Amino acid sequence: MYVAVKGGERAIDNAHAWLAEERRGDLNVAELSVSQIREQLSLAVNRVMAEGSLYDPDLAALAIKQARGDMIEAIFLIRAYRTTLPRFGASTPVETEAMACDRRISATFKDAPGGQVLGPTFDYTHRLLDFALAADGEVPSTAKGEARLESTPHITDFLNKEGLIQAEATSEDVPGDLTREPLELPANRPLRLQALTRGDEGFVLSMAYSTQRGYARNHAFVGELRIGKVPVEMDIPELGFAIEIGEVELTECETVNQFQGSKTEPPQFTRGYGLVFGQSERKSISMALVDRALRWEELGEDNLGAPAQDEEFVLYHSDNIQATGFLEHIKLPHYVDFQSELELIRKLRREALENANPIQEAAE
Amino acid sequence: MTAENNRRAWMSLLAKAPADRLNVLWQAHGATPAFHWLRAPEIGASMVRGRLGGTGAPFNLGEMTLTRCALQLESGELGHGYVQGRDKAKARIAALVDALMQGPEAEVVAAAILTPLELEMAEAKTDRAEKAAATKVDFFTMVRGEDS
Repeated sequence: MYVAVKGGERAIDNAHAWLAEERRGDLNVAELSVSQIREQLSLAVNRVMAEGSLYDPDLAALAIKQARGDMIEAIFLIRAYRTTLPRFGASTPVETEAMACDRRISATFKDAPGGQVLGPTFDYTHRLLDFALAADGEVPSTAKGEARLESTPHITDFLNKEGLIQAEATSEDVPGDLTREPLELPANRPLRLQALTRGDEGFVLSMAYSTQRGYARNHAFVGELRIGKVPVEMDIPELGFAIEIGEVELTECETVNQFQGSKTEPPQFTRGYGLVFGQSERKSISMALVDRALRWEELGEDNLGAPAQDEEFVLYHSDNIQATGFLEHIKLPHYVDFQSELELIRKLRREALENANPIQEAAE
Repeated sequence: MTAENNRRAWMSLLAKAPADRLNVLWQAHGATPAFHWLRAPEIGASMVRGRLGGTGAPFNLGEMTLTRCALQLESGELGHGYVQGRDKAKARIAALVDALMQGPEAEVVAAAILTPLELEMAEAKTDRAEKAAATKVDFFTMVRGEDS
């Protein structure tokens, strides 16, 4: 018999009130505003937008504040909000060639047209704690050069001209959307990239790292990494033409990987691709490596049984909201489940004891 | 086609304009045209797409927030507002500007609102490009050895 149990409302309300108080912390310390988070913790904001799959820096900053800095909780809040929005349409694919690049580097060509532009990077810093930041917060003035306003060509275009790298097949097919249709396998490359770009940064990083350490090694060069803003254009049915509806900051990574050739085709470099909301270069490079590893079948490579080649493993475990939802639910009450387990184990133990001592039982 | 291109250009500018600047310029312009809503401001999203390898087939990257509205001035012009983010007041001003730009006041509105916005946004873009340019690496080669 099971008797329904109610209660806990008062405890829950009080727990949430205490949560709000703890979130605020010491009242003698100034409260953090949403705009401070947006402006000064912008890489955290970027991660919440990328994995929350919604570009809105103010909302992402609010989510970080509400979640007390717990990134996955903040991403969860954004995902939940996202589902409440009506969708007005889809953009025409963004032209990353037209990006206003804050940063653009190539590990393959020193003298790439447009140059090696470092941008506001952590690279080449000494990773020493800067105690001056704890003091006055003054910023040094930024040097300026002569602005380059023309678009910066993609590095892979140069390899393409010589036929040294595989061209991407062009198509205008409407891509599948895993936020509308449950993910089914085998997934095509557009769906894989959608899953990877919103996937957990830590998970995608580890998968990418595993390929570098030899689990389905495909030896990637970062052909190009660029960060900057691109305009987003959408067709407006009531107008009958497309307008720019805004602009988003993106990080794009194109890798140049080892060769693929056949009896009819001479060897060519192959490619992996990463494109992520915000300034998110670790994620973008990781995405490109995992994209490349998942293309083994299409490129006629062997399945080495490596985790990063396993589409089902990668795509079904990359989403941190699905993962945390299933993981964290086990801390919620399972009293009835557990009661049945208890009864079962008591019965098994009783039977085991009886089997071990049959004579004693017969004697009784 | 020029009229359409012009409208594309000002709507694109309004969509990306900083909301506070648009509001300040609109207030300073001081127009209060009578209108009625055809579609009250509503917040939604657009799915942003990218391409495989930057040039191949499209894929879904993620959504962005978007606010839209439509209105009609007493004088008859239809204005549409499509702006990035979740600012209903900004969408309203964008739609009013769009409508006024189709009427007799177009030149005045352009001079009071669109031109300053365009200049400021171009300036901000150039400012970033100049900072980026200062971080461009100048390689130089050191001659080693004694052959020559």
